[in-house]
Amino acid sequence: MAHDTHDIHRSRAEFEFIKRKRATEMRGQLTSFAMMIFLTLIAFTVVAADFSNYLIVPIILLLAAIQVVLQLYNFMHMSNKGHGMMAFFMFSGIFVAFTIVLTMVTIVWW
Amino acid sequence: MSSNSQKKGFGATIWDYLTTVDHKKIAILYLISGGFFFLVGGVEAMMIRIQLMKAGNDFLSAGTYNEVLTMHGTTMIFLAAMPILLAFMNAVSPLQIGARDVAFPFLNSLGFWLFFFGGIFLNLSWFLGGAPDAGWTNYASLALASEGHGIDFYSLGLTISGFGTLIAGINFLVTIINMRAPGMTYMRMPLFTWTTFVASALILLAFPPLTVGIFFMVFDRLFGANFFDVTMGGNTIIWEHFFWIFGHPEVYILILPAFGIFSEIFAIFSRKRLFGYTALVFATILIGFYGFMVWAHHMFTVGLGPTANAVFALATMIIAVPTGIKIFNWLLTIWGGNISFTVPMIYAVAFIPSFVAGGVTGVMQAIAPLDYQLHDSYFIVAHFHYVIVGGVVLAILAGTHLYWPKMFGTMLSEKLGKWTFWFFFIGFHLTFFIQHFLGLMGMPRRVYTFGADQGWDLFNAISSAGALLMAIGVIILLVNVVMTVVKGERVGNDPWGDGRTLEWAIPSPPPFYNFAQTPLVRGLDPYWIEKMEGNKEGMVYAEPLGDIHMPNGSFIPFVISLGMFIAAFGAMYHTDGHAWALPVLIGGLAITFGSMLVRSLKDDLGFHVTKEELIADNERIQREARALEGGKKGGLK
Repeated sequence: MAHDTHDIHRSRAEFEFIKRKRATEMRGQLTSFAMMIFLTLIAFTVVAADFSNYLIVPIILLLAAIQVVLQLYNFMHMSNKGHGMMAFFMFSGIFVAFTIVLTMVTIVWW
Repeated sequence: MSSNSQKKGFGATIWDYLTTVDHKKIAILYLISGGFFFLVGGVEAMMIRIQLMKAGNDFLSAGTYNEVLTMHGTTMIFLAAMPILLAFMNAVSPLQIGARDVAFPFLNSLGFWLFFFGGIFLNLSWFLGGAPDAGWTNYASLALASEGHGIDFYSLGLTISGFGTLIAGINFLVTIINMRAPGMTYMRMPLFTWTTFVASALILLAFPPLTVGIFFMVFDRLFGANFFDVTMGGNTIIWEHFFWIFGHPEVYILILPAFGIFSEIFAIFSRKRLFGYTALVFATILIGFYGFMVWAHHMFTVGLGPTANAVFALATMIIAVPTGIKIFNWLLTIWGGNISFTVPMIYAVAFIPSFVAGGVTGVMQAIAPLDYQLHDSYFIVAHFHYVIVGGVVLAILAGTHLYWPKMFGTMLSEKLGKWTFWFFFIGFHLTFFIQHFLGLMGMPRRVYTFGADQGWDLFNAISSAGALLMAIGVIILLVNVVMTVVKGERVGNDPWGDGRTLEWAIPSPPPFYNFAQTPLVRGLDPYWIEKMEGNKEGMVYAEPLGDIHMPNGSFIPFVISLGMFIAAFGAMYHTDGHAWALPVLIGGLAITFGSMLVRSLKDDLGFHVTKEELIADNERIQREARALEGGKKGGLK
């Protein structure tokens, strides 16, 4: 039946374990939050320092890619269990899209 | 709503199929409409061969020939081969993984009706001012110059049916990831389910580029954009890239399920576990991956430059490795097996040399310098018919015989099946083998006629004679189907006697809830394991008998698709300045989005099959099985 409810009873040890795990996760989130702010600062600095566009654009794209990965793994729970298949399909999609863009750039427009 | 065995009137049956969300009935819908389009495409093929049977023939005009040729390719790929394979995927893979239905039954139905209306829309072009005539690849320079609405029928029709296919692909991915029975780990999944899975992943990743390409095409032709128009700063090569980024995975979308069907057949009729199951699985995944890295081998002569050509040539040759692994594994599955040459097995055995021949010419074409000689000649036509007919169509015919009892509860005649096989097989090789030489002699593809002084007369005549034999084979199959349906002799759970996977452990056709109790899978080939351990029921269960939650049928998928169909007419005729076109476009979209809104707002929680109903139904099934045992024994033995 669809409407079954479950009462969860945890032992003391289990409770401690989950607590510890959540603390680790929280620490990871805070660290990556700090890193993300730092990366954003770099991005702004690069623009403010008035570097050449050929430097600014790749740097910002690279930082954006790192931000996406941090976001996915630390905040959108992709580091948790049971996300293997999703990660596989996301990376397959990214791979295919990357191949297409690479080909278009190198042999159509270049 | 307790039993699917009660007799219904004709109208009620039609309504049942229009509203069904049951994967087994949707499979039948796919099979019937795919089969219909297969016949349409076959008639077009016969017209091509009649036109080319002698030099200077005037059976078709040059313009009509272009239309027939384009529609033959488009129909066979999009409207015949894929839907028939989707029919088998729908009919079999949920049963193989022990599921009661696919993950999204409503979407399953929507996918079918979108495909169906897209196909009808495309074929209506014959009656509404001319079919598309730029080849199934629809290269942009040619397509943009094409007059009339043929190309618009192509692009809008394929957009609609493409949505359907994409939905079907996503549905199978979710089903196979989430709905496997307890114990059915990935590495215990039957190979047909594996190939369904990988083909669905390819659909997911390959159809968006096609959709984008076709969108550009629609905007160029109907709304004045210039994506592909070189004179306006566009680039006609971009279409070719988009088309083949989709088009190459597409041929793997077709061939992988075919490999899956043959893998099942080899194991069943050699009475052996598949040799190298793990290698077969990984070869399937590898083929799927490589499929996305090779598309430019269709474009060697475009002028991509030597570096690009070399990269894509090497990538293409690599594909021969996993395919070779598969071939050897199948051979070693047969080796030392206790083989019975039933109709499916004959097709499977004939498939190996036919497909290898197509594969070898494929590797020849992967050599870019040689491809400059072969490009756009009949050698190419011979090659892709060897892989598609020798691979996919043989699999479809084999699968029709293999899964007919599971889908319909009756058995196709083995005798007529063998007649079909021999006519079709001999006709196939007669038609296409000689086309290799026509290509080497210089005959270009897509020409509507040739001169008597070119020395191609005899070979073309032989090729046309072969096509006639294939047609006879298909007609015998139709006779076989009609006779089987009229006779209506019921068969039991495992009519081939050697079924290995879960679908053979349940009645043919299965009850609408498939499994009264979810099975527990204890290894690869679960039904075989239970049989070998003397388990009369063929299954062990993962749960006690209890109420089953099932989805309600719905008419909304049909209406959503109908709205798109109507809107497509509006979009197309809008460019001609008809006053009624815009209201039709808006009205069609209103129907589509309105019915989506209804679906979103109205809760449909499905219904429960109660334990009592299941027990009663089970008694009926037992009774019927006993009657079958007592009477004439159905099935092969």
